Amino acid sequence: MNLNWTMVGQTITFIVFVWACWKWIWPLLINAMRERQQAIAEGLASAERASKDLELAQERAGDQLRAAKEEAAALIEQARVRANQLVEEAKNEARVEGERLKDAALVEIEQEVNRAKEALRVQVAALAVAGAEKVLGESVDANRHSQLLERLAAEL
Amino acid sequence: MASAAENPAEYIQHHLTNLTFGQHPDGTWGLAHTAEEAAAMGFNAIHVDSMLWSVVTGLVFFFLFRTAAKKATAGVPGPLQNFVELIVDFIDDTTRTIFNYQNSLIAPMALTIFVWVWLMNFMDLIPVDWIPTLAAMMGVHYMKVVPSTDPNVTMAMAFSVFGLILFFSIKEKGLGGFLGELAFHPFPKWLAPVNLILEGVTLIAKPLSLGLRLFGNMYAGEMIFVLIALLFTGGVAYGLLGGLLQWGWAMFHVLIISLQAFIFAVLTVVYMAQAHEVDEEH
Repeated sequence: MNLNWTMVGQTITFIVFVWACWKWIWPLLINAMRERQQAIAEGLASAERASKDLELAQERAGDQLRAAKEEAAALIEQARVRANQLVEEAKNEARVEGERLKDAALVEIEQEVNRAKEALRVQVAALAVAGAEKVLGESVDANRHSQLLERLAAEL
Repeated sequence: MASAAENPAEYIQHHLTNLTFGQHPDGTWGLAHTAEEAAAMGFNAIHVDSMLWSVVTGLVFFFLFRTAAKKATAGVPGPLQNFVELIVDFIDDTTRTIFNYQNSLIAPMALTIFVWVWLMNFMDLIPVDWIPTLAAMMGVHYMKVVPSTDPNVTMAMAFSVFGLILFFSIKEKGLGGFLGELAFHPFPKWLAPVNLILEGVTLIAKPLSLGLRLFGNMYAGEMIFVLIALLFTGGVAYGLLGGLLQWGWAMFHVLIISLQAFIFAVLTVVYMAQAHEVDEEH
C-alpha cells in the first residue's frame, strides 16, 4: 500500500465532482422530476374531476331524457285525446250537416211536388175547361169562370 | 498477455503496480520504472493511472448527467433522461428513507459517489490486459486501470466523508455537543475516558471501514481476474477454462461492483444522518 499524493489529488477530485453534481446536475434533474410529478398528480386529479363531472352530466342527461320522455308521452296522450275529440266533433258536425242537407232536400222536394201539383192543377183546369167547351159547344168565359176553375183545380 | 516471456509472479506484480510519478531518492523527479522504485518514492509520488482513470470516469459521470440535466424537462423524458432519472430517483428515495434532515448536499453527494464509484469499479470488467497492453504499445510500462483498487483513491473518498462527518457533527451539535457525545456515551459520565476510547474507535472505524471495504473488494476482484488471465498462457485447455472462469467471475463481479458502489453511497448517507442526529438525552 503506497499512500502518497494520489490521496490528496483524489480528495480534490472528489470535492470537485461532488460540488459539480450538487450545483449543476442534481437540482435540474430533481426539479424536472418534481415538476413532472406535480403535473401528473394534477392530471390525475383533473381526470378524476372530469370523470365525476361526466357522471354528473350523464345523470343530468338521464334525468332530462326521462323528463323529455314523460313530456312526450303526455303530449302524445293529449294529442290522442284531442284527436278523438276532433273526430267526435267532426262526426257530430257531419251528422248535423247531413241532417240539415237532408231536411233542405226534403223541403225542396216538397216544394217541387207542390209546384208540380200547381202546374198540373192549372193544366187540368185548362183541360177541363177545354173539355167542357167541347161538351158545351161554346167557349166558356175563362174570366167569368176562373174562380170556379181555380176551386176545381185546388180540389184535384 | 502483455508478454509471454514474463513469469507468473512478474505478471501479477506488473498488474498490481501503479504508474507512479514522483521524486526518486536521488532527488530527481520522474516515472518509477519498477515497483521497488515506486515504493522508494514514499509519499512524494502520485499514481498517474489512478488519477487519470478516476478523473476520466468522473468526467463520464459528469457529462452524462450534465447532458441529461441540461435537457431535463418536466414533459416526456427522452431515453437518456429516463435512464438518469431512474438512478436519481433511486438515490433520492434511498437518501430520504435514511436521511431526514435539511441538507441539500447529501443526496447529490450520494449520487456522485454511487455513479462514480460504480464507473471506477466497472473498469474491473474490462479484460485485465487490454488497456495495459495498449499503454505498453505507447511506451507506458504500468497501467492499473481500476482506480478503486488503489487505496489512495478509496481512502481519499472515505476521509473526505470523514471530514464531512466532523464538519456536520460540529455544525449541528456544536463542538461541546459533539465532544460530549464522544465522552458521555455509552457509559455514565465518570467513565468518560473509557467512553472516549470506545467512541473514538467507533468514529475512526467509520472512514477506515468505508475506504478499506471498497478497496479490499475491488483489489480481490482484480486479483482474481489477473489470476484467471494467467490461465490463458497454459494452452488451449487452460485457455478455455480461463475463458469460462472469466465469464463466470465477470457475471458475479457485476453484482459486486454495484453492491460496493451502493454500500459506499448508503453508508455515507448513514454517517451523515448520524452526524446530524442531535440526541437530547446526553
